[in-house]
Amino acid sequence: MQGLHKEWEAEAAPRTCAIEDYQGAAARWCPGCGDHAVLNAVQRLARDKQLPPEKTVCVSGIGCSSRFPHYMSTYGFHGLHGRAFPVACGVRSRRPDLHMFVVTGDGDCCAIGTAHWIHTIRYNMDLTILLLDNNIYGLTKNQTSPTTRTGEKSNTHPRGNVLPPLNPLSVTLGVTNASFVAQTVDWNPPHLYNTIRAAYEHKGTSFVRVLQRCPHFTSHIFAEAQSDMSQCLLLLDDAGIPLDPGLQRLFPNRAAHNPCDLASARAIASREDVYPVGLLYRDENAARYDLQTSQGLGKSQAEKVAATEKWLSKYEL
Amino acid sequence: MSTSTVDADIATPASAVQIVDQHIVEIVSDSGEGAQTCGQMFADLCARNGNGIWTVEIIPAEIEPPSRSRAGASGNRIRLGSKPVTNAGDCADIVVALNEQVLYSRIDAGALRPGTTVFVDKTWAESPDEDIRRRYAEAITDFNARSYFVVESPIEAECRKHTDDPKKGKNMWVLGLLCAIYDLDRSSVGANIAKRFAKKGEAVINKNLALFTDGYDWALAHVRQRYRIPAQKHTQPMVVMNGNQAIGLGIMAAGIEVCSMYPITPATSASHFLAQALQDAGGFVHQAEDEIAAIGFAIGASYAGKTAVTITSGPGLALKTEFLGYAGMAEVPLVIVVVQRGGPSTGLPTKIEQGDLLAALYASPGDSPKIILAPATIEECFHFMITARKLAEDFRGPVMVLSDANLATGQQPFPKPQLQTDWLAAPIDQAAWDQTVPPFAWDAETGLSKRPIPGQRGGEYVLTGLAHDEESHVAYESAINQKTMEMRSRKLAVLQSVLRPPKVYGDPEGDLLVIGWGSTLGCIEEAVDQLRAEGKRVSSIHLRFLSPMEPGLKQIFQKFRRVMTVEVNYSDPVGAPYITPESRRYSQLAQLLRSQTLVDIDCWGQVPGSPIPPSKIAAELRRRLDAITKEN
Repeated sequence: MQGLHKEWEAEAAPRTCAIEDYQGAAARWCPGCGDHAVLNAVQRLARDKQLPPEKTVCVSGIGCSSRFPHYMSTYGFHGLHGRAFPVACGVRSRRPDLHMFVVTGDGDCCAIGTAHWIHTIRYNMDLTILLLDNNIYGLTKNQTSPTTRTGEKSNTHPRGNVLPPLNPLSVTLGVTNASFVAQTVDWNPPHLYNTIRAAYEHKGTSFVRVLQRCPHFTSHIFAEAQSDMSQCLLLLDDAGIPLDPGLQRLFPNRAAHNPCDLASARAIASREDVYPVGLLYRDENAARYDLQTSQGLGKSQAEKVAATEKWLSKYEL
Repeated sequence: MSTSTVDADIATPASAVQIVDQHIVEIVSDSGEGAQTCGQMFADLCARNGNGIWTVEIIPAEIEPPSRSRAGASGNRIRLGSKPVTNAGDCADIVVALNEQVLYSRIDAGALRPGTTVFVDKTWAESPDEDIRRRYAEAITDFNARSYFVVESPIEAECRKHTDDPKKGKNMWVLGLLCAIYDLDRSSVGANIAKRFAKKGEAVINKNLALFTDGYDWALAHVRQRYRIPAQKHTQPMVVMNGNQAIGLGIMAAGIEVCSMYPITPATSASHFLAQALQDAGGFVHQAEDEIAAIGFAIGASYAGKTAVTITSGPGLALKTEFLGYAGMAEVPLVIVVVQRGGPSTGLPTKIEQGDLLAALYASPGDSPKIILAPATIEECFHFMITARKLAEDFRGPVMVLSDANLATGQQPFPKPQLQTDWLAAPIDQAAWDQTVPPFAWDAETGLSKRPIPGQRGGEYVLTGLAHDEESHVAYESAINQKTMEMRSRKLAVLQSVLRPPKVYGDPEGDLLVIGWGSTLGCIEEAVDQLRAEGKRVSSIHLRFLSPMEPGLKQIFQKFRRVMTVEVNYSDPVGAPYITPESRRYSQLAQLLRSQTLVDIDCWGQVPGSPIPPSKIAAELRRRLDAITKEN
């Protein structure tokens, strides 16, 4: 602290966290699983932002991707299937001081947790949501998920999925008060990192769908998109996800898109011919519920007793 | 002045005042006619006077039921006593009905007896609608045939002298009527009315005072029998509220800052109170998107250091069970209030039942021990919330508080709690955590452990609902699973070790011991009093802790020839077709007590959708006692 004698300082050396300070147990996802890349990106971001591990919380549900908190050495909450969102909202409600990541999958978010997904987007509390979408239930061994493509075979639809897949981007963009919606891919680490970084920096609920390879059950799903970059549509804007110009050129399909334009965002989200990659929508002025729920945090014990006494007295005879 | 024969019959100006020790009054009307306001004001006046009271709201199932319909009765039952009143009692002594049809809903509910005095507005006898006139006349004939003491009263006609809109004035007239009948000092009541309507201006105050005075004078002139219920002025400050308000105030007094809920009858009014009040104490009510999210949000807040409460009823409890198991497994402090209603399924949403005891106890996949408390009075609804939060934190897990629709809507005065700072939750601990202490450092004896809170440096860990070791690392090893199950279960035994055996109401030995829990306390003890006055050897105990149960039960049971529970939940009646000792399904507390104590405990479980009145309990106990005596 400036002006203080060195010996009086509580912490003489400034604290610096290295990437190791965010690494928890060795990740036990399959080799080649896209989740590894997301984990690396989040750990790098935490290091780059120097997030104190004790002030960082990763909340997840159930599924392959929901093992995520165990592989961080921050605080974590590995919850119930589909229920990461309400838990994260509860944590956030009284803890504006924490840095929060919510990791979920296409079964967790888009099937069993759908109600919470919609309402969490509407609450717009300050959360970074990472939807790791591999189009399949992996942990329970190959069942159709809501985002599984039509015709894909699984253990629950051995003759092929008969329904068209649910589009998580369109759904999220359809929710009133959505404030940050982006899509990225696990196989482009710079774009993945920059997207998560922009999501983290956004104040409100940022929803990032990561197209994530499952080498075990759906290795073919994103294989073409990985080898043929023309299957992706890179969204570009000064206010969008930054990407090195050299890397931009790897995407044959690029489009300018103003992330303030909700109608355009919805149109892009619903395209079936390409995977949009980048920031679809951002509204920094959307109402934030956590600004309401964290009011009154500074009340002293005496003030609480006085307030209770005031209400109790109303019932006095 | 009316020339009705009934009026003439009671027109004795110098009416007598009879001293009684308790009375039950009901006021019923179509909804929107202010019967509830009248009832509440009357109850409030009596309580201030020093009378014991118990008030119950009479609520129609619909928001705006058709007028003059049997199902549409809205109002209050007020039981008054010289001593504290613990329950709504048996049949009413006086019922004031603003039309004859709403009275039928009380008759259907078994609220009247031959001899009950019934004041009915006779305006309907002169209705321009012939059908109404006919139905009124038929009803009066029927009421007389049922031996009620019917007083056809010119309520609307009298009100018209003071207001053009008698529908909004009848309640003050009836308040005057009741205050005269119960010999309350009219000057103090007048001041109360002036205060209540102060915001609405002098004209409104004067109109209401005129209506009140007219009702009072009419009663003095026309009602032959008046009553006085001796009262003792309270020597300490008293509060009067219903059980849900008491729960809400208890939550504030416990320093709980987060109430996360989803609307469900009859629990929601507790949250309504908190929605108004909690932000003054720095907290808030979160109305979640569903019951599951409500408990998930509460668990999130608890995990982050602010032990939260979620408030629900049976169907909501059913939805919350997976998270309840999580709170047990991951040892998250959490308070769950269940205001029980009639089940199963949607059941009887506004009616009382004690049907969720087993659902609460076993609400989880697998075995997830939890603490369950059941307040028996409205005062306990307040204080148990403070206990519940402390237990949740000290024992690091979910604590359920089982209330019911009877406590939720009943009102009773109790000594005003002296709030204490140490009832409040401590501020979140953000000091560095000793890194050598794991997040689940279970004490080998007690299973108790202290938890790190996000923000505490050195305490970083991942909470999980998977089987886990001391470090909260996922662990599938059989020995670890065996040990951690034991640790979580041990906590309940530790809690029981510091509890006292329940007090026996009556002699510590006798022919019959009755066991109750929850809102039946007053009714059971009143029934026991009646029977003991007859010389019967009957006593009762009332459990407040249902998991773990209070200790020493078996020793208490051994002093009685027979032991039985009285519960407002279902049990198969003995002697019904196919029902044998092997097939009979017992009431819920009886099931638990039988398995816990190996004592052959009988039960009387009834599901009338209303509190079982003391006389009915007494009748059943008398029958049982007679059978026991015959065994001699």
